[in-house]
Amino acid sequence: MKRLKDVLGGSIQQYTMVLALLVLVLIFQITSDGRMLTPSNFQNLISGNAYVLILAIGMVMVIVIGQIDLSVGSVAGLVGMTVAISIRDFGVPWWIGLLIGLVVGVAIGSWQGFWLAHMGIPGFITTLAGLMAFRGVVIWISGSISVPVPDEFSVFGAGYLPEWGPTFTGLNNSTLLLGILGIAYFSWAQFHNHAKAVKRGSDMPVWIPISRAVLIAIAIGYLTYLFGSGRPGTSFPIPGVILLVLVIVYHVITQRTTFGRHIYAVGGNRAAAALSGVNTKRTYFLVMLNMSFLAAVAGILFVGRATSAGPQDGNMWELDAIAAVFIGGAAVSGGIGTVFGSMIGGLVMAVLNNGLMLNGVGQDKTAVIKGLVLLAAVAFDVYNKNQGKASITGQLAKLFHRNDDAPDPVLEGDAVKAAAASAASEPGAGPASGPVEADTDLKNPIPGT
Amino acid sequence: MAVQPLPILEMRNIVKEFPGVRALDNVTMAVRSGDIHSICGENGAGKSTLMKVLSGVHPHGTYEGEIFFHGNLVEFSNIKASEESGIVIIHQELALIPELSVTENVFMGSEIVKKGLIDWDEQTRVTSELLARVGLDVNPGTPIKNLGVGQQQMVEIAKALSKNVQLLIFDEPTSALNEEDSANLLELMRDLKSRGITCIMISHKLNEIAAISDAVTVIRDGRTVETYDVVAGMVDEDRIIRSMVGRSIDNRYPDHEPKTGEVLFAVDGWTVEHETIPGRLSSDDASFFVRKGEIVGFAGLMGAGRTELVRSLFGRTYGRYVRGRMSLDGQELHLHNVRQAIRAGLAYVPEDRKTLGLNLLDSIEKTVVSANLDAIVNKGLLDLDLESEVAERFRTDLRIKTPSVRAGVSTLSGGNQQKVVLAKWIYPDPNLLILDEPTRGIDVGAKYEIYRLIFRLADEGRGVIVISSELPELLGICDRIYTICEGRITGDTDARTTNQEELMRLMTLTSSTSHSRPTSEQDNSVLTGLGSN
Repeated sequence: MKRLKDVLGGSIQQYTMVLALLVLVLIFQITSDGRMLTPSNFQNLISGNAYVLILAIGMVMVIVIGQIDLSVGSVAGLVGMTVAISIRDFGVPWWIGLLIGLVVGVAIGSWQGFWLAHMGIPGFITTLAGLMAFRGVVIWISGSISVPVPDEFSVFGAGYLPEWGPTFTGLNNSTLLLGILGIAYFSWAQFHNHAKAVKRGSDMPVWIPISRAVLIAIAIGYLTYLFGSGRPGTSFPIPGVILLVLVIVYHVITQRTTFGRHIYAVGGNRAAAALSGVNTKRTYFLVMLNMSFLAAVAGILFVGRATSAGPQDGNMWELDAIAAVFIGGAAVSGGIGTVFGSMIGGLVMAVLNNGLMLNGVGQDKTAVIKGLVLLAAVAFDVYNKNQGKASITGQLAKLFHRNDDAPDPVLEGDAVKAAAASAASEPGAGPASGPVEADTDLKNPIPGT
Repeated sequence: MAVQPLPILEMRNIVKEFPGVRALDNVTMAVRSGDIHSICGENGAGKSTLMKVLSGVHPHGTYEGEIFFHGNLVEFSNIKASEESGIVIIHQELALIPELSVTENVFMGSEIVKKGLIDWDEQTRVTSELLARVGLDVNPGTPIKNLGVGQQQMVEIAKALSKNVQLLIFDEPTSALNEEDSANLLELMRDLKSRGITCIMISHKLNEIAAISDAVTVIRDGRTVETYDVVAGMVDEDRIIRSMVGRSIDNRYPDHEPKTGEVLFAVDGWTVEHETIPGRLSSDDASFFVRKGEIVGFAGLMGAGRTELVRSLFGRTYGRYVRGRMSLDGQELHLHNVRQAIRAGLAYVPEDRKTLGLNLLDSIEKTVVSANLDAIVNKGLLDLDLESEVAERFRTDLRIKTPSVRAGVSTLSGGNQQKVVLAKWIYPDPNLLILDEPTRGIDVGAKYEIYRLIFRLADEGRGVIVISSELPELLGICDRIYTICEGRITGDTDARTTNQEELMRLMTLTSSTSHSRPTSEQDNSVLTGLGSN
């Protein structure tokens, strides 16, 4: 259970979300008379939502550092349009166009990172400005008219893995290979971790990794069958493969690198991070830069699928990405959130969209339901945290924080809990100590940022 | 304890517990109507907690014991309830809103409303009256931010008077005031007394207690030590000190035989400008040194610039560097950021665990390695097994009480949190450790363990700088003590031969110019501007 907890990021909400996702799929499968769990539906579900999920990867990092990026939709739209126009009007090869798009994304990210990290403009403002300005640029350079992109791009947006090898498998062999690799890796990881635990003196019985491996094999095996058994020529979609690669890469970056630790450190307590040697400005800068880079990737995937870049591409995507991250268990105040959780959050939204559509529910009602799901998910999270941690006195201590000044050692314990428990613990929560001057120091621990 | 004839307030057998700490242990005290009653005790003795119990910050039900006000049992569920019965606390740190006017602040939360709208004329009239009563001559429309600290305190008192206060509690009222403002405040307290308002004053300043008190209660380690009547102006300060400190002082510090070597860390002419006030020096030509294996204390009053000095040394995390040099092991250091400071072998454990030392969302293991992540990087990735091993080692070594190193640091008690912070800074294996208030807010037992750890670190040949506001602590664990006042180092004393009185004298050794400058109530802003050089 503990390992699973590690994989899921340790949040109760994420277990719940995985379960909720499964239940949703099953309910829609029943209500839609079996149209949910079909190869073509799932292939569409993945390639039709890959761009939002890619945005959510970047967005969770932005939210973990305690910021928000409202401009990702406009950036994605601008990159898609730039790619399309540079190919159509300047005749560059498709791959140069693609590179130009990524460079534009990085350049925009540097711009936003500069204003946030070095000028101290809150991300909300910086990117709200970006949301307006970059959308304006898209409409400006396109003259409000869609611009087609070459066919090569459709591979990224809607392509499938190649067919090869024997036909007796009854499946797309690329998908099959992918599935086998997945099962092999996760099973190996189970036994590897088990061996390590035993070496450390744990008495974990061997049936635990075995049963886990079997469960994983069943899950991945079913998905392999689902994606691989579609009509000939289809497979697990290329945008899904790109997404998978990005999820793995960013999971490793956030969980297993110093940079990843710095992201959580800055989001959890910026002053403490700075005093521990974290370059907070650099962390802010790189996270914003990365977000726009991923927005560029998302934009390119989308124009590939749509076969043209439209002036309104990317409209409101930022909101879907932000919703995915929060449904996935991130905290508004920063410091909490995982790539994996955000993917689950994004898939919940995607399955809702898809399932409601299969059931013939209109866009209007779908929007209402999605809104309520977001609210319910975050409310559940906040409720759990409050249940779990903050005592009544802790809550009160927080409530009266304004008056709560004395260097009183014992109260602090509770205030800490309250602060830690509250998803929205404001900076400087908890009793300050010392005279006014010292207090100012605490709030502005590092000059200039 | 003598039962007072006419107590306005009686607190009986108050017990208040926090996770891991018993903050108040059977406190009993009575306050006579019309008295100025002083409560003394060391930091962390439980004075503020007691007042929070009284005023409903810790509501009824979260503590044991009984409170009688005017002879009636009272059970306050929040601050508003206590204020309605006439008990008001004036806090150390003022709770006024700087952007709003005096009138708005006085009536904050209890506005005079007529037909759904605020009656500004009436509010202004009443405010003027109240200001006259506290002797504050300012326009009621003045924004709070334009007032000096002393004036703001008067506004707080006026606000309390507007609530028909009967018992006024001052929590360290003069800690942020200059001498003239302090004198004014004491005068006002006498005036309030003559109008029949009972006052409770929590204070560290024995001369103030001696000047105005009618009765004194001493609290130590959450217990009332004694309560006795005094005659204002004729108080035996030594008696208060004796009961504040208690006899246990002798064995509060472990034995230690220092093993000092040659000079490890030397600072010469270190001068740093204040972060936000140009021209004001937070550190003024400071020179000092630390030997290998030596524990050096920095003593100074609040705002003397101790923290500012060490943080400016630690990768310039405070203020603007003006001039000065530092060297470690004979090598001159040029540190421009924290990373360089850590690499050079410096470690700074900040004074406030929660806001500066810890990410409360992190687990113990992640916190322990957080200042030295490079040490657990293996082929570009963090080695999480090594991380757990390191944390386990410190858990055993420092006896961190936790079921698992994967537990969140927010689940730990204050003392154990402090051990985790110390582990975080020991792991980079620094040559010089700077500990800023290392035992603030932790109980006596945990303090003893921290002292032992400090001794061990010194015996390993490291230099240790300890900043502490508790002079007995510095005297108990340090080899040498520097005193700091207004950013200048005013003394270098041998901890074995000096005493609290000498340290206090050195800590208040202000430059003669700032002392003789006339202080004007109206012109506080100008004063702070001139206050430095």
